[in-house]
Amino acid sequence: MKQGNGTVPRIGVYVCHCGTNIAGNVDVKAVVDFASKLPGVVVAREYKYMCSDPGQSLIKNDIREKNLNRVIVASCSPHLHEHTFRHATLEGGQNPYLFHMVNIREQVSWVTEDKMSATEKAKALVEAAVYRVRYHEALETKEVPVNPDVLIIGGGIAGITAALTLANAGKKVYLVERDYSIGGHMAKFDKTFPTLDCASCILTPKMTAVKDHPNIHLFTYSEILEIDGYVGNFTARILKKPRYVIEDRCIGCYVCVEHCVYKTPKFPSEFDEGLGLRKPVFIPFPQAVPLIAAIDPETCIEFKSHRCKKTCQEACRDLVGRDAIDFTQREEVVEVQVGAIIVATGFKTFDARRIPEYGYGRYPNVYTSLEIERLVNSSGPTGGEIVMRDGRKPRRVGIIHCVGSRDRNFNPWCSRVCCMYSLKLAHLVRERTGAEVYNFYIDIRTPGKGYEEFYEKLMQEGVHFIRGKVAEVTDWTITPEETGKLVIRVEDSLVGVVRRIPVDMVILSVGLEPRDDAEEVRRQLNISCSSEGWFLERHPKLAPVSTFTDGIFIAGACQGPKDIPDTVAQAGAAAAEALALIDRGSVELEPNIAVIDEQKCSGCHVCIALCPYSAIAFNEEKNVAVINEALCKGCGVCVGTCPSKAITQQLFTDEELLAEIEGVLLV
Amino acid sequence: MAYVYYPGCSLKGTGVSYEKSLLATFKRLNIPLQELDDWNCCGATSYMSISEEQALLLSARNLALASENDGDIIAPCSACYMILNRTANILRDDRTLRQKIVEKLKNVGLEHLNLSVRVRHPLDVLVNDVGLDTIRSAVVNKLTGLRVFPYYGCLIVRPGNGFDHPTYPTSLDRLLEALGCEVIDHPLKTRCCGGSLTGTLEEVGVRLVYILLKEAKKRGAHTLATLCALCQFNLDVYQEKAARKYNEAFDFPILFFTQLVAFALGANPRDIGLEHHFVPAEQVFEMVR
Ligand SMILES: Cc1cc2nc3c(=O)[nH]c(=O)nc-3n(C[C@H](O)[C@H](O)[C@H](O)COP(=O)(O)OP(=O)(O)OC[C@H]3O[C@@H](n4cnc5c(N)ncnc54)[C@H](O)[C@@H]3O)c2cc1C
Repeated sequence: MKQGNGTVPRIGVYVCHCGTNIAGNVDVKAVVDFASKLPGVVVAREYKYMCSDPGQSLIKNDIREKNLNRVIVASCSPHLHEHTFRHATLEGGQNPYLFHMVNIREQVSWVTEDKMSATEKAKALVEAAVYRVRYHEALETKEVPVNPDVLIIGGGIAGITAALTLANAGKKVYLVERDYSIGGHMAKFDKTFPTLDCASCILTPKMTAVKDHPNIHLFTYSEILEIDGYVGNFTARILKKPRYVIEDRCIGCYVCVEHCVYKTPKFPSEFDEGLGLRKPVFIPFPQAVPLIAAIDPETCIEFKSHRCKKTCQEACRDLVGRDAIDFTQREEVVEVQVGAIIVATGFKTFDARRIPEYGYGRYPNVYTSLEIERLVNSSGPTGGEIVMRDGRKPRRVGIIHCVGSRDRNFNPWCSRVCCMYSLKLAHLVRERTGAEVYNFYIDIRTPGKGYEEFYEKLMQEGVHFIRGKVAEVTDWTITPEETGKLVIRVEDSLVGVVRRIPVDMVILSVGLEPRDDAEEVRRQLNISCSSEGWFLERHPKLAPVSTFTDGIFIAGACQGPKDIPDTVAQAGAAAAEALALIDRGSVELEPNIAVIDEQKCSGCHVCIALCPYSAIAFNEEKNVAVINEALCKGCGVCVGTCPSKAITQQLFTDEELLAEIEGVLLV
Repeated sequence: MAYVYYPGCSLKGTGVSYEKSLLATFKRLNIPLQELDDWNCCGATSYMSISEEQALLLSARNLALASENDGDIIAPCSACYMILNRTANILRDDRTLRQKIVEKLKNVGLEHLNLSVRVRHPLDVLVNDVGLDTIRSAVVNKLTGLRVFPYYGCLIVRPGNGFDHPTYPTSLDRLLEALGCEVIDHPLKTRCCGGSLTGTLEEVGVRLVYILLKEAKKRGAHTLATLCALCQFNLDVYQEKAARKYNEAFDFPILFFTQLVAFALGANPRDIGLEHHFVPAEQVFEMVR
C-alpha cells in the first residue's frame, strides 16, 4: 500500500445497517471485522442508523478521541447523506473532504440477491475506500452569491401558483409559457371536482394577477433554448416565437379577427380540442392571458401566398389606431440570469387512437374526456350545450375509465385524476342533458378530501356504475334497441356476465402521460426522469420538489399525475424551497473542480478549445492556462486531454482513483 | 427475395383454391415460390394439447427442412402460420426443450435447425415486402365498385406473431384498397368464424358464422375476403345452415383474398379455383367485368 499524502492516515470506518435495508442482505459484522484489519484503520464500527443523531455522534467523538483524520461511512447513496456525514466530519473537527462515502445499499444490498456475494461486494467497496482516502486532502469550498431571481418553466396552475408566491415575497420571476396563453389544462375545464366550482372563476383572477404583477416578467409563446450555469447562478436563453402581433400594442379588441378575409372561422381550434373553429388570426379563448391576438402562419393566406388583402392589419391600423400587426416579426432570443429554476411543464393526455377497439377517430360519437371538458364549458364551442358531432343530443352516455392507464400494454400507472373527473363529467352531462350515464371502471379510486362523498353523491343521483374493463366499443348492433347506437361490450365482473350496453355517446377517460418533450427538457436542465418519463424528485417522501440538480425544483403534473389541489400544494412547496435558497444568499460550491499545476503547464492551449463550459482562459504573461473556478463543472475533459498531465481534478485525482481500483481488486 | 412455400394440409385439401390463387398471385408478380420438399403436418389439430413435445417436434421438422434453404417461409394457413411461429418462439426461449428437439431431429438426419428463419403470412409479404405501390401499379383489372368485407380471423394477428394490430388490423384493408375495392370498415375483423365448433358444437359454430354473414350483409358487402382456409370453409359451407336456422337469405361468395389479388393482377379466373366454392363465386368477378 502506498503512503498517501504525507500525514499518517488514521481511518474510521462506519458500516450502517439502515434497519434491515442493508443488514438484511449484508453481514454487517463481517464487513466491520474485515475493515478493522485493513491498514490505517483505527476504528471500525457498525450502527443501526448512521444518519441518526447518535450515529453521527459516533463519528464526531471518534475524531476527537481517537484522532481520526479520515472517515468512511458505508451506507446509502451519497445523493442522500453525503452532505450529512461531511457535516458530521466538520463538526468533529476535520475537513469535510477527508470523508468518503461507500454505497452498500442501492449498489449492494438492494441489487444483490445472495447474502454471501453481497457481503463480499460490500467488503471490496470498503477496502477500495480505505485505500482511496489516504490520498484525500483538505479542500476549501467556495461561497458564491445567489442571484435572487427565479425562472419558472410552464404556466399551468403549478407555474402560476409558484410565480405568484415568489412574486408576492418580493422576488423577481421570469415565467416562460410555450403556448399563447398561460393557464394550462385547467383553463379548458368548466368545473373542477369535487366542489364543482367554476374553473375559470378561480383560475382567471390568478392569471390576471400574473400579468399585472410588477415582479413577474411573463414570456408567452416562448421556449427555453438553453440553460447554463449552476445553483444560484443560472443563465437561461429564452426563445420568443413570433406571433406576428406586437404585444404591447395589441389590446385584445378582436377587431383584427372580425376583419380577417375569412368571414367565418375555418380551422380547428387547438384550445377547443378541434371541436370548434378559429380563423388564421385569433385569440385562443376569451380569458386568455395575455389577451393578445396571434396569427398562425400555417393557415394565414399572407404567409402562404403573400397575396392576402391583409384586412386585419388595415383594421387594426385604421379602425383601432394601434397598428399592432406585423407580418415581418422575427423570433427573438432573450437572456436572463436567475438563481433558481422551477419546472412546471405538466402532462399530456393519452392518445386514445392507440386503443383502436375503443373506436376513437373512427366513430364520431366517441370523445376524449378533454373534448368533453370543452363541450360542457359555457365558453366552449357549443356554449356549454352537449351536442354530438352528428348534431344529436345524447340520451345515454358511457364513460370508460382507465383508458391507457393501469394497463400493461400502455401505461402501468394509475393516472389518479380520471376517476374523479369521470364522476365530475358524469354529473355535468346528466345535469345538462338528463341523459342516463354509465361509468365502466376497474376500481373507483377516490382518496381525497370530499372525494368519496362526491362518489356517494353521484350514486345517489342515479349514475350507473359497472365494474369491468371494457372490451370494445362497436357499431355491430344486434337488437332493435341497439340500432343506430354504439355498443359497449364489457364483462360485468360483479354480476359475472358479458354485457352489451347501447349508448349514444362514449367518453374515454384518457390517462395522464409525460409530455413528448420531457426527455429534451430533462437534458436541458440536467435533471433526472423516472423510467416512465416523469421528472424525478430527489426523495419521494422527504424532498418531493427538489431534484438531484441543486437549485432546480419541480412542481405539478410534470412530476407525476396529480390533481389541482396537490399541484397547488407542490407549487407552494417549490416556491418555498426556492425562497430558502435565495434568502440564504449564497451557496457553497463543491470543490470537485479541475486545477492546473502551473509548473507543468506547457501553454499548449489544447484544454482551452475543448472545455465545454469555456471555463479556461490563457495567461499570456505566465504562458499558462487558467481555470475559472466558478465556471468549471468538474467534467474532467481537460484532465484527460492535457498532454503534460498538468491538470488534476479535485476529489477525483489519479492517485485516488488508482488506489480505489487497487483496493477493490485486493479482496 | 426468395420464399419457401409451406402449404400445410389445408391448401392441398379444402383450401385448394387458396393454393391456386396464391400461386397465381406470385406468378403474376414474378416472385418465385418454391414448395418445401417433404413437408409434414404443422402440428396443429389437437396434438398440441395431448403431447406438446411431440407436436413441437413435428412442427420443428418443417423448420429444420426449411433451414436448408434461405428465405422466409410463407405459411398461408393461419393455423400453420401460428403454430410454426409459436414453435420457433418456444424453442428459442426454452433451451432444454430445444436441445431435446435438436437431438431427435438429428436422429432422422436433420442436422440443422435454424430458429431465426421467419415464418410469414402471404398478406404480410404482399403488403410489407412487395409493397402496395408495386401492387397498385401491377393491377390490370381494377376491382372498382366491389364492396368487400375484409375478415382477418383470430389467428394471424395474435399478439407476438403480429405484423399488424391485434384488435384492429388494417393490412388487408389497405391491400384491397390498392386493388380498387371499396373496403367496408367494420368492428368484426378478428371475431371468431366458428373454428372447429362447426364440427363439434354446431349450434354455436353456426351462430358465429351467422353473426359475420349478417353484419357483412347489413353493411352492403358483395363478398367477404378471408385469409384462412378454415374461416373460408366455415363461412362458405355453413352459409346454407345459417340461412335456414336464422331464416335469412344469404348468397355470399366467400373469397380468399388471394383470389381478388390474382384476378386484379390479371390472372385468368379459371386459374384461381373458383370452381371449388359452395356458394358460386364467379358472380363476384362478373360484377367487376
Ligand atoms: C380531462 C381532465 C379533467 C380534469 N379535471 C380536474 C378537476 O376537475 N379537478 C382537479 O383537481 N384536477 C383535474 N384534472 C387534473 C389537472 O388537469 C391537473 O392537476 C393540472 O392541470 C396540473 O397542472 P400543471 O400546471 O402541473 O400542468 P398543466 O396544466 O399541463 O400545465 C403545464 C403548462 O406548461 C406549459 N409547458 C409544457 N411544456 C413546456 C415547455 N417545455 N416550455 C414552456 N412551457 C411548457 C404548457 O403549455 C402548460 O401551459 C383534470 C385532468 C384532465 C385530463
